[in-house]
Amino acid sequence: MGQITLQGVQKSFGPVHIIKGADLDIADGSFVVFVGPSGCGKTTLLRLIAGLEDVTGGAIMIDGKNVVDVPPAKRGLSMVFQSYALYPHMSVRGNIAFGLKMAGLPKDEINKKVEGAAATLNLTPYLDRKPRELSGGQRQRVAIGRAIVREPKAFLFDEPLSNLDAALRVQMRLEVTRLQKQLATTAIYVTHDQVEAMTMADKIVVLNAGKIEQYGSPLELYERPANLFVAGFIGSPKMNFVTGEEAKQQGAATIGVRPEHLKVERDGQGWQGTVSVAEHLGSDTFLYVDCGPLGMLTARYVGELGLHPGDKVSLTPEPGRIHRFDEGGKSIRA
Amino acid sequence: MARMVTTQRKVISTAAAWLVGFLIFFPILWMVLASFKTELEAFAIPPSFLFFHWTTENYVTVQERSDYLHHALNSILIAGGSTLIAMLIAIPAAWSMAFSPTKRTKDILLWMLSTKMMPPVGVLVPIYLIYRDFGLLDTRTGLIFILCLGNLPIVIWMLFTYFKEIPKDILEAARMDGATIGRELVYVLTPMAIPGLASTLLLNLILAWNEAFWTLNLSTLEAAPLTTFIASYSSPEGLFWAKLSAASTLAIAPILVLGWFSQRQLVRGLTFGAVK
Amino acid sequence: MATQQTQLLARTLLTPAVALLFIWMIVPLALTLYFATLHYNLLDPGSESFVGLENFRYFLTDPAFLASLQNTLVLVGSVLAITIVLGVPLALLLDQQVVGLSIVRLMVIAPFFVMPTVSALVWKNLLMHPVSGLFAWIAKLFGVPAIDWFNDAPLFSVILIISWQWLPFATLILLTALQSLDEEQKEAAEMDGARAVSTFIYITLPHLARPITVVILIETIFLLTVFAEIFVTTGGGPGLQTTNIAFLIYSQALIQYDVGSASAGGLVAVVLANIVAFFLVRIVGKNLEA
Repeated sequence: MGQITLQGVQKSFGPVHIIKGADLDIADGSFVVFVGPSGCGKTTLLRLIAGLEDVTGGAIMIDGKNVVDVPPAKRGLSMVFQSYALYPHMSVRGNIAFGLKMAGLPKDEINKKVEGAAATLNLTPYLDRKPRELSGGQRQRVAIGRAIVREPKAFLFDEPLSNLDAALRVQMRLEVTRLQKQLATTAIYVTHDQVEAMTMADKIVVLNAGKIEQYGSPLELYERPANLFVAGFIGSPKMNFVTGEEAKQQGAATIGVRPEHLKVERDGQGWQGTVSVAEHLGSDTFLYVDCGPLGMLTARYVGELGLHPGDKVSLTPEPGRIHRFDEGGKSIRA
Repeated sequence: MARMVTTQRKVISTAAAWLVGFLIFFPILWMVLASFKTELEAFAIPPSFLFFHWTTENYVTVQERSDYLHHALNSILIAGGSTLIAMLIAIPAAWSMAFSPTKRTKDILLWMLSTKMMPPVGVLVPIYLIYRDFGLLDTRTGLIFILCLGNLPIVIWMLFTYFKEIPKDILEAARMDGATIGRELVYVLTPMAIPGLASTLLLNLILAWNEAFWTLNLSTLEAAPLTTFIASYSSPEGLFWAKLSAASTLAIAPILVLGWFSQRQLVRGLTFGAVK
Repeated sequence: MATQQTQLLARTLLTPAVALLFIWMIVPLALTLYFATLHYNLLDPGSESFVGLENFRYFLTDPAFLASLQNTLVLVGSVLAITIVLGVPLALLLDQQVVGLSIVRLMVIAPFFVMPTVSALVWKNLLMHPVSGLFAWIAKLFGVPAIDWFNDAPLFSVILIISWQWLPFATLILLTALQSLDEEQKEAAEMDGARAVSTFIYITLPHLARPITVVILIETIFLLTVFAEIFVTTGGGPGLQTTNIAFLIYSQALIQYDVGSASAGGLVAVVLANIVAFFLVRIVGKNLEA
């Protein structure tokens, strides 16, 4: 079991409020990603759940029990650190076994569990090596092994893949997701990379300046962003925002259209503009179009249209794909 | 990346470095040689560099006539004792400042450093009088105590800079793994800190062994360590060069060996981490 | 709560060290201050009386004070100059590719580990003795009259010995700093067309500015209170020629037993050291931020 609930969780360091009251329900077995720009408080929130920081106010419930006064070790969680935080003087075996040893498990049981975890993570040949003799990806796996071997109520991941190179990151992303599904253990995963968030999460928590902006499934966030911040943060390239007359006609202060929802034509009735940069990726094309009073808009076109800087184009938003926001930036739902 | 250097340049710099190194080391070498000469040869002009009558009689005489081992034991007890006590006080203090820093930590550290800057001569008078009144003059306890206090700031500083380099993440990982503070100390912190602890220990043994202000002023015979013992050779009637050399060689040999082991840590220790 | 307990524990662990150092700093200093205002001679017990600033007036106007202040400054200044002027090229030399570098390093660093009484006596007798010393023999080889070091140039002789002790320290620190100099910086300068000399002036020397400052400050702290070397070689003489402030205070306290004026002198020494310490603490403190 690993159901985690936050109720009005606050954290301040002196006069600085890092977390301004967070409420959250994390279902058992789900994979939840905290995402947001740097400094938004996502790591702090994770550390509060871990017990590495004390809350200033509010409650953290794990399986219905308030744990704010419970030391980290007794919360039944395990954590994978950004730096991996492997014990440099212990072998891989020692690293994975440490938590079980601290829990006072009998030796043969520890061995069985360590070898089981090592087999799952393809670490068996490296069990007797020291962390410094391993590659980055292998170290990452040891850190994960250390987390899974304790069969915790939930895994906490703090930007675990950010020190890996791009190719390895994609591979580890898949492995972590697969492992989590296989173990069916709740996972909370912190990242600033929205691609990681979209691909790994069952549910995403978007944080900004210490507040939860939206909590929902990746597709919900993509299709129905709650506000301007989420709309701008989720999706790549970024959503286009248009204000002024064009927005007013739609009954909103700001309207937003994702680049992939703009129809690009050489001659058309849509917004008129001039291509200023065209990025040809082969499979698709990103156009940066100067639309005069509307500003610079980004459009994504699947395939190749043979457009070049200076060409005139027309951009038409797909009907029903226009997001409307009020003065306060909140989404207007029809 | 090390760059390729022409052979010629390498030969020149090697020759120059060896020459300078030899010149700097020469006084020590000369002293060691003199310790194996007879008194007559030690004084002889022209001096003989290698082809003299090698003898170990000076070493025997130094022990028999002036009880060298007694002073060596004093040195070991005073340097060792003061260092160990300083470590015992400093480890918890440095641990606390490195891992639970507060707003005042930096001020406390700098203040500790500033106590080391106080010239010993500035407090010579009261310390001497206090020691006289408490019967601590010429006692090992008195010297252990004062050397311990004198080196405490350096010990704390060195340990602090070493502890500071242990990533906080790892301690947090241990906490997540269920280690109590005690077990965290035993299983994680101590093994990771051992190189730092060792070099701090070594450097402070050296400093305490060679300390020559308090030892000269507060000890005469009973508690006199090697620094004071060697100083007794300065009186004109005691000028037996070969024996002086033998006693000196014995006095510096152990510390020279320790010093060579700790030279890499020496810089950061003595500059309080300002140069690494 | 969990982390609050840790903080409480941390503070408890820090207390003994802070308390000890505080007592160690404050008690002797307060006593020194107190004695400095007394007429107090150990040879004349029972005659203690309050004299206000009389001891300071006596100490500061004593010709011995001015002489010893001058000797102190000359000694500190000369040793600093010698160790840095020789230390920089020596560090540069050891930064080259040298066969057997580790052995050369050991030889260069060795004098630093020799206890002051040993180095002073070995230099005074085995090397600098006017008749049987090695230097006298070398002078004779070249047909020059031997120098009677400790009579003709006593202060310089002391400076020479102390410089030999501190040269390794300066070299080692400068060498450590040189090794941390980014190789790519030098290569970039080379790509920019800088020759070896310009690279040294514009890249290496500025990089050494900080370690040189550190060397100056730390050496100054120790050199201001040089004692053992003078104690075993010259005993401050001939006359006052090698008496520095530390030695003057020592002789007033433990030779003339004049506790009052020695205490006044002690406070003068503390003030002098504090001026240097002020700068050192600032530099080291800046480093703490990083």
